[in-house]
Amino acid sequence: MSTVVRIDDVSKQYGSGSNALLALDHISLDVAKGEFVCLLGASGCGKSTLLSLVAGLDKITSGTLDIDGRHVALMFQEAALFPWLSVAGNVELPLKLQGMGRADRKKRALELLEIVRLGGFGDKRPHELSGGMRQRVALARALAQNADVLLMDEPFGALDAMTRDILHDELERIWREQELTVLFVTHNVREAVRLGDRVVLLSSRPGRVIEDFKIDHPRPRRIDSPEVSGQAAEITDRLRAEVARHAN
Amino acid sequence: MPTELPGTRAGLEGVFQPEIPPMAEKPKDPDLGAADRVSGLDALELGPKKDRGNLGKRIWSATWPKLLAIAIVVGVWQLVYLSEWRPVYVLPPPADVFTELGELITEPKFWDGVRLTMTRAVTGFALAVAIGTLLGALVSQFKPLRAAIGSLITGLQTMPSIMWFPLAILLFQLGEEAILFVVVLGAAPSVANGLISGIDYVPRTWLRVGQVMGMTGVAKYRHLILPASLPSFVSGLKQGWAFSWRSLMAGELLVIVPGTVSIGVRMQTARDLNDAVAVLAYIIVVLVIGILVDQFFNGADRALRKRWGLTGS
Repeated sequence: MSTVVRIDDVSKQYGSGSNALLALDHISLDVAKGEFVCLLGASGCGKSTLLSLVAGLDKITSGTLDIDGRHVALMFQEAALFPWLSVAGNVELPLKLQGMGRADRKKRALELLEIVRLGGFGDKRPHELSGGMRQRVALARALAQNADVLLMDEPFGALDAMTRDILHDELERIWREQELTVLFVTHNVREAVRLGDRVVLLSSRPGRVIEDFKIDHPRPRRIDSPEVSGQAAEITDRLRAEVARHAN
Repeated sequence: MPTELPGTRAGLEGVFQPEIPPMAEKPKDPDLGAADRVSGLDALELGPKKDRGNLGKRIWSATWPKLLAIAIVVGVWQLVYLSEWRPVYVLPPPADVFTELGELITEPKFWDGVRLTMTRAVTGFALAVAIGTLLGALVSQFKPLRAAIGSLITGLQTMPSIMWFPLAILLFQLGEEAILFVVVLGAAPSVANGLISGIDYVPRTWLRVGQVMGMTGVAKYRHLILPASLPSFVSGLKQGWAFSWRSLMAGELLVIVPGTVSIGVRMQTARDLNDAVAVLAYIIVVLVIGILVDQFFNGADRALRKRWGLTGS
């Protein structure tokens, strides 16, 4: 399998001199095409910083970062849909920016909305939908960008447990059907084990890769299955040890 | 760390046991159970549609408080009149004023005056919007320009427009241009400020989304910055209108262009003739026009907020 994201010895420092804050310390990480990689860590591990770097929203201090095709899509905790556009309009916007014609755009947006099971909601306004539905529209918009890698920064963090559980199933299905490459940031260990092919555990202040867990449990997984719970417990222990290291 | 609720989950398990086909081959059949779960959840989260009542009822519930307020004002006025606090030629009763108003609005000449005044107002406001928008866009785009004139714009906003008239009359004599000058100076800063603060407060995540989508330059303004700053811009327009209307009334009282009979000129004439009934009638005319235009801006503002989901309901 070819590598889509190549993060090689990347460091990120904010500020300089005595005020300097080292957010990421010599991180190396590869994401293969079609892989689902979860970045996991406690507060201050710089997981969101890493995502911003991959998204090109921030500049790296040292090291090299390569994205095959240089094209990414990004999702946040909030859906960040544009309220002046309808649901379909939001999904169409990336297509419009790509220069797609009006008729094709409409057709493609409907297809994408059907993928996230919101085919009948194109004419609604974003505020008329629930939080989980808005995130699915954001996912459809991200898919419209036709990106080489989908970056997700705690996308389900603000949702209730039931909605999140169902969206895990949905994301897994769409990832499989659309053959996406996903880099998913979370602080929820079970969520990471539920979703990831790999779970990359980061240390805090500065962020370093502690361990790269391979998750082999067969899919589709359940977040409360014994395998997921068992593996999550193991990773949680490592995370607890890492957090305890910061006591003084 | 896990935030799932085991109890709830276990209870639901019996109902929604997902039977997803094994991963070995790509599933051709959609997972109907999953589709049901998703649409069921959507239906639960959206809740039932609210009944907004019929149109007549809604209009009535919006109107009666206003009617009551008018009745109270007129009632107090009548009482003050009856108390003979001031002689009748200074403070006439409401009935006289409304009779005068009734006669006024049947005179074609009165409507000529209204037309002239409104033409001035609309011209001045349109010019102010054009200048204010351009100014706001430039200031928010170029940092040095902001440092140079950002606070000056706010300063101009607080300047009473009547202070400009001596200068305006010197520059343009007693002509339409003098009035236009002051109306534009009154309204443009509000319009510019509305746009500037709209652009300043575009949420950061929206900007990041735009950046990841590859928006740059004109596309970024067209698809993100301008629509995102619209609510603030509309507030600026509304405030700008209020300032331009005030400036215009001051202007029409001070700058009497020979041969015109605008509302301000008629007001001034009534004052010169000690015609209290007419003075009060014109006050009501100006008030009503102000309220009607304000209603228009409020309507636009409310429609926008509703579209964006910024209203309470």
